[in-house]
Amino acid sequence: MSEHVTEIIIFTVLFLTVSVMGFVAARWRRPENLDSLNEWGLGGRNFGSWITWFLVGGDLYTAYTFVAVPALVFGAGAMGFFAVPYTVIVYPIVFLVLLRLWSVSHVHGFVTPADFVRARFGSPTLALLIAITGIVATMPYIALQLVGIEAVLKSMGITGTGFFSQLPIIIAFAILAAYTYQSGLRAPALIAFVKDTLIYIVILVAIVYIPTRLGGWDSIFDKAQQKFTDSAAKGDGILLNAGNQLQYVTLALGSALALFLYPHSITGVLASRNRNVIKRNMSALPAYSLLLGLIAILGYMAIAAGTTPIGKDNNTIVPRLFDQMFPDWFTGVAYAAIAIGALVPAAIMSIAAANLFTRNIYREYLKPDATDAEEARVSKLVSLAVKIGAVLCIIFLDLQFAIDLQLIGGVVILQTLPSVAIGLYTRWFHRGGLVAGWVAGMAAGVMMLYTIPNPVSGKAHFGGSAFSLGNLGFDTTTTVYAGLLALIVNLVVAAVATVICRRAGVAEGTDTTRPDHYLADEGDPRVKDLELDGTTAPSPTEAPPAPTTTAT
Amino acid sequence: MSAPNTDRPPTARSDHSPWNWLLVLPIIIPLLPFLFNSDEPRLFGFPLFYWLQLAFIAIGVTCTTIVYRVSRRNGR
Repeated sequence: MSEHVTEIIIFTVLFLTVSVMGFVAARWRRPENLDSLNEWGLGGRNFGSWITWFLVGGDLYTAYTFVAVPALVFGAGAMGFFAVPYTVIVYPIVFLVLLRLWSVSHVHGFVTPADFVRARFGSPTLALLIAITGIVATMPYIALQLVGIEAVLKSMGITGTGFFSQLPIIIAFAILAAYTYQSGLRAPALIAFVKDTLIYIVILVAIVYIPTRLGGWDSIFDKAQQKFTDSAAKGDGILLNAGNQLQYVTLALGSALALFLYPHSITGVLASRNRNVIKRNMSALPAYSLLLGLIAILGYMAIAAGTTPIGKDNNTIVPRLFDQMFPDWFTGVAYAAIAIGALVPAAIMSIAAANLFTRNIYREYLKPDATDAEEARVSKLVSLAVKIGAVLCIIFLDLQFAIDLQLIGGVVILQTLPSVAIGLYTRWFHRGGLVAGWVAGMAAGVMMLYTIPNPVSGKAHFGGSAFSLGNLGFDTTTTVYAGLLALIVNLVVAAVATVICRRAGVAEGTDTTRPDHYLADEGDPRVKDLELDGTTAPSPTEAPPAPTTTAT
Repeated sequence: MSAPNTDRPPTARSDHSPWNWLLVLPIIIPLLPFLFNSDEPRLFGFPLFYWLQLAFIAIGVTCTTIVYRVSRRNGR
């Protein structure tokens, strides 16, 4: 541990600095009070282009991504690069969809995707399913952010045994929980500036400096290819092979469709000020994809540099590479960047999960007449509970369990696509059909994941998301992303059940949205629907308070 | 995906535009492995697989920027 003193000091100073920022954030762009989900949970729905860019960028490109993607490239090669096409196609896919979601949420004051489903299909049951799916998919994702922190702590030699080995993570999450409780979404928004600036600096230095130490890019890729040629494993290499191309494509597509269904992504989008902020960010956010692509290649640099992970934990490969290549003080900066990078998404995810509980479970089923202030108080407490749950999950359960759950999470969140994304365009699906499709998609997805073994780690189940078409009777070794297959099952069942429901004359439920609500922008009148927001009931034509600054 | 036109909004607003079709390009191109699954030609030492997929980011940025600019000009 002694050789890491400089790193630990720099790391601790930066970590404490952002913690102070987290608490100060409550005063930043200060509202009259923070006692509503609009303010605590969505930062007043008033973030401009720059804040949104840092916030959503910090939200989507998590510390886990920055650690796990190069680890995957280090271990398997080209397959790990799927993160690049994934994050290229996601923005054009969601460009028009998110605008409609923002507008209808602006008009109706929706805080969560389940709020929208509730109003669109008039079905509290469907909304409950969407809310539970969101919470279940988000929880392991929060726990995984701890993996980023843990990889860094391990690399600094902070290991210890028993309870004390977990103490640094418990302290880090306790600080995080405290300032999220106090400042809400403003805390990650402010910290994201520091986090992203640090990460951009570290990565730019890494891709300019490290190749000069390793004999240039040609040599890095050649050494990587050599390693994969020598290894016994099938399917690795710096290029794709016949068996995994379809997996590469379907994984990129499925992940892209899933990304903006996650509650934390939607929270970031709904916090923006107007439609133009979202449009501008759809062109500006790919800057992070470039960063992610370069980070992925760090996996090859680690191969070329002969870096070895700590134990069998490939997630330590990037921290170990930094330790090997950089002077101590800069390694400290890099480690702080990764650890702080875990705090931003963890905060937003816990806020999003708490909002889902408050709006779609607490308010819907437990206390329908809750005031704005009560909603905010419940959300704050739930955000604490969610983080305690994540820490307990890491301490008492195997970390692998969180990774498995996150894998399942991506597949299950995709099952909300028919209700949320397609629901933004058409109400053709019957609410009964959507429930049936959800059940079928969930069952199919989890069953497929269960059958997937992982020969490398020797696991028999939940070993990955590559479902072999051979299981369906095809004579092939081709694999496909299980989430996409489950979504197809979901859509087919939803369509069939919709037709059956209509024939049987099952009640449709009331749609409280109107076509023009999907096109509304900042300054347009809002409906304060009595049922969804019963505390203040101004006339439906009341204009929102004039924005303090105009859109640029 | 396009919205059903059966119930047009009372206002003149619409999120339809022929320019929106431009968004299809950066969705389709990165999903065609035969375009980029090759080592040669290398660029600055990067195999085609890596530099071309990174270059696709520029296609995505260009297309979304154009759609945004057009929509702003049309006041949508």
